[in-house]
Amino acid sequence: MTPSWEAAAVRLRERERWKSPETVFWCAALVAPFVLPDDHLFLSQIAILGLFCLSLDLVLGIAGILSLGQAAFFGLGGYTAGLFAIHVDGDPLLGLVVAMVATSLLGVLAAPLLLGGRDLTRLLITVAVAGILYEAANKWSAVTGGVDGLQGIVIAPLFGKIEFDLGGTVAYWYALAVLFLVFLGLRRLKSSPFGLALAGIRLNPQRMPALGVPVDRRLTVAYAIGGAVAGIAGALLAQTTQFVSLDALSFHRSAELMLILVLGGAGNLYGALLGAIVFSVAHHLLSEINPMYWQFWMGTLLILIVLFAKDGLTGGLSRLRDHLWKGGTAP
Amino acid sequence: MTTPAIRTVGLTKRFGSFVVTNDVGLTVETGARQAIIGPNGAGKTTLINLLTGFLEPSAGRIELNGADITRLGQHERVGRGLVRTFQINRLFNDLTVLESVLLATNERLGLGAVSWRRRSACGGSIAEAWNVVELLGLAEVAHLPTKALSYGRQRLLEIALALAAKPTVLLLDEPAAGVPQGESGELFRTISALPRDVTVLLIEHDMELVFGFADRITVLVNGGVLTEGSPEQIAKDPRVREVYLGEAIVV
Repeated sequence: MTPSWEAAAVRLRERERWKSPETVFWCAALVAPFVLPDDHLFLSQIAILGLFCLSLDLVLGIAGILSLGQAAFFGLGGYTAGLFAIHVDGDPLLGLVVAMVATSLLGVLAAPLLLGGRDLTRLLITVAVAGILYEAANKWSAVTGGVDGLQGIVIAPLFGKIEFDLGGTVAYWYALAVLFLVFLGLRRLKSSPFGLALAGIRLNPQRMPALGVPVDRRLTVAYAIGGAVAGIAGALLAQTTQFVSLDALSFHRSAELMLILVLGGAGNLYGALLGAIVFSVAHHLLSEINPMYWQFWMGTLLILIVLFAKDGLTGGLSRLRDHLWKGGTAP
Repeated sequence: MTTPAIRTVGLTKRFGSFVVTNDVGLTVETGARQAIIGPNGAGKTTLINLLTGFLEPSAGRIELNGADITRLGQHERVGRGLVRTFQINRLFNDLTVLESVLLATNERLGLGAVSWRRRSACGGSIAEAWNVVELLGLAEVAHLPTKALSYGRQRLLEIALALAAKPTVLLLDEPAAGVPQGESGELFRTISALPRDVTVLLIEHDMELVFGFADRITVLVNGGVLTEGSPEQIAKDPRVREVYLGEAIVV
């Protein structure tokens, strides 16, 4: 006879299984450049924004750390990759690794500052860290280019063979591949014991130490991984546009990211990606219709989504699916 | 003489000028079934909070199996086998019963930082968690989210979380509070059935449960220890009757 804990393990496995909508989503990402042959640069920027938003989903949606300063990691990743390409080596993958190391270090260093406080204090410290980096990059213009941005980045061919093209085709496949790999890592993390501990900390941080969990240590790791993911996104943008703007470190980047995550739905990874797609497309279309007032319509869209689905697009969609499913199979 | 499971020396907690725990010297022998009773506001829960590191003492010392643990963090004390339950449910609403228990077993087995393996692949931890779930009769609701459970079952889950951490010293803060009469008996049978090498320190209002369970009782009044003794001694003590028990006590 099968011991009953094995049946329980099977039930757990069921929840972690790869679902068919996920396959549809990633197939759509593969098909997109063929459907939109003239928009490869735009698509690559969506993929990068999605990756950036995954970092906030890990930090806020999964671990529950209120962060309004993810741009600190995005910008540091961008500058690191840019400077590395200019002064050391133009290899893109090496640049990603260096950016990843630098930003996870920043995460480990900044974590003790914010973990001491509660939600609002944490929020302010994340804003402050990003603010300090912004001003530092602004003042240190000899290295960063200041307000003019970091220019003159030359990226070597991918694997030493594949040249980046002006149309952004290589950039898209490069960004998508990195996005998918990071996504797989985060998806595994979410269904691991560590991911469960983070969920426990998010739901009830006071209870966790009484279960033997070193809360601060877990959150430090989560924050550093989140920082590294944002750093990779920033590095990708620097490499694919061969430019780093001071704007990469700005407050409105962090705030916009929060908006995108709320729009898409937090804590399930796909919300971050869907949010990035909808936000980018809406931004693109709305600013074409009316370049001055696109934010008015963006605000309206956000309010509508929050009114009808508090848990964002993914929450709304999954309820819609449940509804249709029940309606469809009802006798 | 053997080393006691818990010993406190001059344990004191002040909030401003208000003394909540006053020079408490408490000894709990290994394997004891000890209860702490006292009127509301006597500082019972504060004492548990001090023992587990939820609060920091203003003065005094706490020893666990002879080792000074006064400065250790909560999770480090849990790692040494000192585990508590909470008077008010502090659970994880959106996690299932099994997932909640897994939090404790994963951590105890050193899996808490493992981010590259699926939790369904950690069989040892699942097997342990499932044992605890079955022990407390929660198997049929194991895959339901905590918020869907009845209050009585949530109290059982609270105990399950503590047991999953494999305590050598278990501190129970009013485990039966709010549990329907019929279910509290089962709860105490479970606790009584724990192996004798697990030391249990209980805070409880229900005198019937206390006198049925404990082999030693400490009476706490105004933050200090009034007296300590066997259930018979406590029941006969006129001072205890005066401050706490009133007239109606049947042993």
